[in-house]
Amino acid sequence: MDYEVVIGLETHAELSTITKLFCGCSTKFGAEPNTQVCPVCLGMPGVLPVVNKKAFEYALKAAIALNCTINRYTNFDRKSYYYPDLPKNYQISQNYYNLGIDGYMTIEVNNVIKKIRMHNVHLEEEAGKLIHPENAGADYSLVDFNRAGVPLLEIVSCPDMRNATEVESYMHALKKILLYTGISDCKMQEGSLRFEASISLRKIGEEKLGNRVEMKNLNSMKSVLKAIEYETSRQSELLDRGEKIERETRLWDEIRERSVRMRSKEEAQDYRYFPEPDLLPFVIDEKWICSIQETIPELPLERKQRFVETFQLSDYDAGLLIEDKILADFFEECLKEVNLPKVFCNWIINDLLREVKEKKLDITSLKIKPDQLASLVIMIDKGTISNTIAKEVFSEMIDTGKEPKAIVEEKKLVQISDEGQISEILDKVIASNPNAIEDYKKGKKNALAFLMGQVMKESKGKANPKVVNELLKSKLEG
Amino acid sequence: MKLLSFTALQIRRKILAREIRTSDLIKELYERINKVDPDVQSFLALNEKAAFDAAKEIDQKIANSVKVGLLAGIPIAIKDNICTEGIATTCASKILRNFIPPYDAFVIKRLKEEDAIIIGKTNLDEFAMGSSTENSSYKITRNPYNLNCVPGGSSGGSTAAVAADIAFMALGSETGGSIRQPAALCGVVGLKPTYGRVSRYGLIAFGSSLDQIGPVAKDVCDTALLLSVIAGKDKHDSTCADIGVPDYLKGIDGGVKGFRVGVPVEYFGKGLDDDVRTAVDKALKIYEKLGAKIVEVSLPHTEYAVAVYYIVANAEASSNLARFDGVRYGFRSNDVKGIDEMYCRSRSEGFGNEVKRRIMLGNYALSSGYYDAYYLKASKVRNLIKKDFDEVFKKIDCIICPTSPVPAFEIGERVNNPLEMYLSDIYTIPANLSGIPGISIPCGFSKKGLPIGLQILTNCFEEAKMLQIAYAFERETDFHLAKPKL
Ligand SMILES: [Zn+2]
Repeated sequence: MDYEVVIGLETHAELSTITKLFCGCSTKFGAEPNTQVCPVCLGMPGVLPVVNKKAFEYALKAAIALNCTINRYTNFDRKSYYYPDLPKNYQISQNYYNLGIDGYMTIEVNNVIKKIRMHNVHLEEEAGKLIHPENAGADYSLVDFNRAGVPLLEIVSCPDMRNATEVESYMHALKKILLYTGISDCKMQEGSLRFEASISLRKIGEEKLGNRVEMKNLNSMKSVLKAIEYETSRQSELLDRGEKIERETRLWDEIRERSVRMRSKEEAQDYRYFPEPDLLPFVIDEKWICSIQETIPELPLERKQRFVETFQLSDYDAGLLIEDKILADFFEECLKEVNLPKVFCNWIINDLLREVKEKKLDITSLKIKPDQLASLVIMIDKGTISNTIAKEVFSEMIDTGKEPKAIVEEKKLVQISDEGQISEILDKVIASNPNAIEDYKKGKKNALAFLMGQVMKESKGKANPKVVNELLKSKLEG
Repeated sequence: MKLLSFTALQIRRKILAREIRTSDLIKELYERINKVDPDVQSFLALNEKAAFDAAKEIDQKIANSVKVGLLAGIPIAIKDNICTEGIATTCASKILRNFIPPYDAFVIKRLKEEDAIIIGKTNLDEFAMGSSTENSSYKITRNPYNLNCVPGGSSGGSTAAVAADIAFMALGSETGGSIRQPAALCGVVGLKPTYGRVSRYGLIAFGSSLDQIGPVAKDVCDTALLLSVIAGKDKHDSTCADIGVPDYLKGIDGGVKGFRVGVPVEYFGKGLDDDVRTAVDKALKIYEKLGAKIVEVSLPHTEYAVAVYYIVANAEASSNLARFDGVRYGFRSNDVKGIDEMYCRSRSEGFGNEVKRRIMLGNYALSSGYYDAYYLKASKVRNLIKKDFDEVFKKIDCIICPTSPVPAFEIGERVNNPLEMYLSDIYTIPANLSGIPGISIPCGFSKKGLPIGLQILTNCFEEAKMLQIAYAFERETDFHLAKPKL
């Protein structure tokens, strides 16, 4: 039978604040275990939390960017459960008055725009990390509390996705928004961006939602997609056999590529939520919301559409540019120098990205600056250097951050357009390649290309190809 | 008069005038502790060496005419649920046996800044849960006026120590009357500040929305002095108010002429001991004589206060005490298999019965399906109780009523009847629920010679007025000068 898959996503993103949510400890990743801790984030007796305003601001920013209604009156709640990585055995989270509710995000699948609704966006604290000793039979585990208390944003979507492609698009689009707004570094390998999926099936045409299965332990976007595929076939097989789907939580087994039951609905925890008495409720100032709103940049999808419409870029090219805010910003900075959108787009998505990939560069700290790329393009346009030379210069600019003019002068790379000078080179080449001249006269067209190549080689790439081409033809014909 | 019978202000004057040396004072104090405390049992731990070191330092400062703090050389006892860096802080619980905090509570920092001398940690009901100090896992503190009686609780160790002249002052903490009730039963002064007046940072939480640290002292002026030191904004406590702290001694002798004193009818009903009623009535007469106008008022939601309190306080406690799990500090049960058994056995063996009872009640009130009926409903009724006070304080300056319905009861008398024990706090709980400040001052003795406390309540952040009203009575009477025979 055919079923419709209904998918909702819960996303956890660690916010890029310098300090933790309720204390002054550093959030820097990768430190020695338990070196970024204090009585507060260790849950020592007698300590109290104090909210990090920056984290609150980032969460608000996300809620606004995701078109949420902001709860002007908001507070924190305690979510209780026992786990050794949770120092107080309750997590300070939000339940009764989430920061943002009823939002949406637009995704694009096969050129079709779709709205995915957001149930809520809220702020909470991260837990620590359990470290299990490698030797089998060890009767202990260790806990590292460096991550405990790092601000965590939870974004809960409505069950509005219908297939893995939409989910993939959603994850990418959400990640881009978080990166564009600068509130999270979204490093999945460091765990600063994580997804959990809830998946249910229903007969096509049916209104009522089926029992949902919550899927945890999804370590990458790839595993999210794999888990959805696996769950879809597992559930449809069960339904085909006339069995019922139980509401449960399952864990994704990355190695075996299958899901296993973690707990059933009956075993579901009672989190005993109640308002956090150590923190007073907040009444968010309208002015604050407005000022945060102003700091939200144009979001990826809108920017892409603008690039297509304003600069006549292809949808594909514009998509590549907006993939990373730094690239899109770089592109627009170049345009401020000289308005050649297609030229710059090519330089960025071909040359710049290739160099970044080959040289394994960090895109956030490029040495080349937009105005420098613009100077290079102007030099080509004016005929000061050839395209071939420009690539060489560009590579050097990437390495050193030097001005293209300086590189060109230093290496004496200025293009030769003087007919007399070129003529001298041509004569030399013609004289030393009699076979090629013979071939050309016999009508072999590639002989011309060969001769061109020889000229360029002789001139160390500096001869103006246009002039060479014209002169060469006239010499050979004449 | 013996040195240890003086008040803190009197002893400060002598220290500053170089009539006595702090180290001699401390020496005499520990001698008396060794003599008297085996009977009273108020201290869980003494801080003798550090106290002597601090005393020498202060003597040095004074000898060199270096400026000293407001509490220079004054020996202070600390309730053992307030964190002291390097000194074990146990909450009188087995689960925190040998727990040494890595930091000082805000109030401890303040005391040290003002050159007070911390002499030891005092006994309490485990995690401050109780009204008799019988729920301690370590010892039962006795009332200095009658060693067969309880000192009240949960700050019974602090109030007994001050009453026995083995501490000049003490810090206690309140969630539902735990300073005022034992102060009344031990014949000393105890003050619960407005919620948010004193930082809770470093106070091991019981009911976070109710807890406050407050002073215990021999008289009203010493109480004012200690409050001036510990009150004020602390950036580590978001619930602590950013309101300036006055010098509470200034204007304390302003009298009560023209003040309107409210007497709530609900506080004089069934269950009030005759001796207590008589003493409070006499006190009201004195206020009248001093020029105050006594008016009858009503706080109609009083009857719900105890029920609301035991839902709110226990719900918060069940969550606050979740961190005592044996994972990072404190007691961990031996020979356990797996984390669940470790949690279960560590907590079962580490907590006493009353604490376990309250954790269970609290968890129940927060459970899904019961939250609305219990916690949420209780929070709403709590607002009504607060409104009662808002209404009456529009018409009056203060409320005067008994602190405790009965004087000190005998040890063991109420331990098997939690409900009766809970009613010990019937007159003190409403102030915690509504956040207003309250003070208990000595106002007489029962026929059996046990102290009786008079309670004064004012509107939020009116501690100065409250102390002024208390002092007016103290100046007219000598109940605060009485000493137990030890
Ligand atoms: Zn910390």
